[in-house]
Amino acid sequence: MATRHSRGIARIMITPAVIVLLGWMLVPLVMTLWFSFHDYRPQRGIYECCVGFENYARFLGSSSFLKAVFTTLIMLGGSLGITVIGGIFLAILLNQPIWGQGIVRVLVIAPFFVMPTVSALVWKNMMMDPVNGILAHVWAAFGAEPVSWLTDVPLFSIIMIVSWQWLPFATLILLTAIQSLDSEQLEAAEMDGAGPVPRFVSIILPHLARAITVVILIETIFLLSIFAEIFVTTQGGLGTKTLTYLIYERVMESQNVGLGSAGGILAVILANIIAIFLMRIVGKNLDR
Amino acid sequence: MGRIALRNVTKAFGDVVVIPPLDLEIEDGEFVVFVGPSGCGKSTLLRLIAGLEDVSGGQITIDGEDATGSPPAKRGLAMVFQSYALYPHMSVRRNITFPLRMAGMDKAEQKRRVEAAADVLNLTDYLDRRPGQLSGGQRQRVAIGRAIVREPTAFLFDEPLSNLDAALRVGMRLEISELHERLKTTMIYVTHDQVEAMTMADKIVVLQAGRIEQVGSPLELYRTPRNQFVAGFIGSPKMNFITGEEAARHGAATIGVRPEHLDVSETEGEWSGVVGVSEHLGSDTFFHVHDTGLAETITVRASGEVGFRHGDRIHMTPRPDQVHRFGPDGLRIE
Repeated sequence: MATRHSRGIARIMITPAVIVLLGWMLVPLVMTLWFSFHDYRPQRGIYECCVGFENYARFLGSSSFLKAVFTTLIMLGGSLGITVIGGIFLAILLNQPIWGQGIVRVLVIAPFFVMPTVSALVWKNMMMDPVNGILAHVWAAFGAEPVSWLTDVPLFSIIMIVSWQWLPFATLILLTAIQSLDSEQLEAAEMDGAGPVPRFVSIILPHLARAITVVILIETIFLLSIFAEIFVTTQGGLGTKTLTYLIYERVMESQNVGLGSAGGILAVILANIIAIFLMRIVGKNLDR
Repeated sequence: MGRIALRNVTKAFGDVVVIPPLDLEIEDGEFVVFVGPSGCGKSTLLRLIAGLEDVSGGQITIDGEDATGSPPAKRGLAMVFQSYALYPHMSVRRNITFPLRMAGMDKAEQKRRVEAAADVLNLTDYLDRRPGQLSGGQRQRVAIGRAIVREPTAFLFDEPLSNLDAALRVGMRLEISELHERLKTTMIYVTHDQVEAMTMADKIVVLQAGRIEQVGSPLELYRTPRNQFVAGFIGSPKMNFITGEEAARHGAATIGVRPEHLDVSETEGEWSGVVGVSEHLGSDTFFHVHDTGLAETITVRASGEVGFRHGDRIHMTPRPDQVHRFGPDGLRIE
């Protein structure tokens, strides 16, 4: 019974939660915005107010900015591509009745539980090490020259690590979507003379469109802020400096809080542009 | 052409035998209804014919050719599913043309067939809509449309009306019967509803636990049920079964009398009992009679004008030529 009285009480009841949430999100955002208009370099004791858009101009004007945006987009696109395509493939495989299905599913989901820092360390030292890494041994077993992953193809290597972490997420969402497909639709298509490939293209893929949209949107949010994987492996060198990492460098290494904050605000704007863009392209699926 | 023959067909899921060896002949142009209680294997049998399930043994021939091992698409059969199984992301037109596009038919012929089917099924105004925007009956018609454009050798219907409301069901029943009259194509129809079976079928196949209990025309099954199961399953309300002394008097272990074959009287009759619940349908009234000393309840049909009340004592007389006699094994005694 939603009377005016009970609505009033409901508002009072949710107030604490709203205040905590607002404080949690707004305070850091407002502080960043605040600092971005200051010349704030704590170690030199400089804290000058109101430099206008000087920080923004410097951040946008530096040669590393465009490069970082570009790197970010490649990393985002690469990881999204691998996780979505690989996720669809794995979801279809895991949907087949096999012996030990439960265990296999848990194993597939496992990478998602590993912390980013740990998984980056494991990949760096155990898999991709050019001398002792497992991949080096595999290459050697075939008589090939072991690839020095993180120095020769650093960006691709990081994309691999990130994709490994996010593949389970994509698989899980897509698997539940595939399981919700009405089997009579597939049988109808089979009776209508559709082979396995047309069945996949005309029935399964359209059915998955919505789930793919969700995967892309959620992953984009998290992949834009990838940090630990870069920090642990290449330290932002060799063309792997993303926008997030550039901001970190400005704040921590150059000790220029004002400039970093301006970068942070720019990153927020950029992320929103990408999000709106993605929503436009794929979000139509959500309306159906 | 659409002659379908099953010889010694069996189906087992693991150790569970769903269909013991079974033989069945379906003639060209027949409307055959598989009917039975849920879990009797009627849907499985249909899926075996469709090729969606592999047989565990035996042979299926379509028009004299062995189709036992051929994939569903090669059998030339079209199926209408219980859930309609329309493709939700395609328009009605694309749903109906899907089998034609899969067969690589040219555009002009596709268009001609879709429009012909839409015309038959009153779907012309809805061709550009999505299935989600249609009502249940319209979706059902789209599913039928998708089946008829292929011009199959036979149609398979898997409980197609069970998701519709009662009024729509009666309408669709007529439409499907009319469609059969027009196309003269073999149709196999699965249902658990004996009214659908009686009203639509040329030939009814009554199944129980994967076995065929009886095959025959609706009236054959109604007049001369081969055993007690068929007698109880066909006809609504159900046949009254009476055992004991009264049955022995007729020289049988069980006798069965349909509610419509009992004459009711206030004053005299062979049997008597007390009226319990009465169901008034307007044209008819069904009385549930207790305390007859014969069976727990006996259902009687009387015309709508007969007005007994709860607790009245009434008398009933079975029409002598309408008493079905069954032996101790449940089989009919002639």
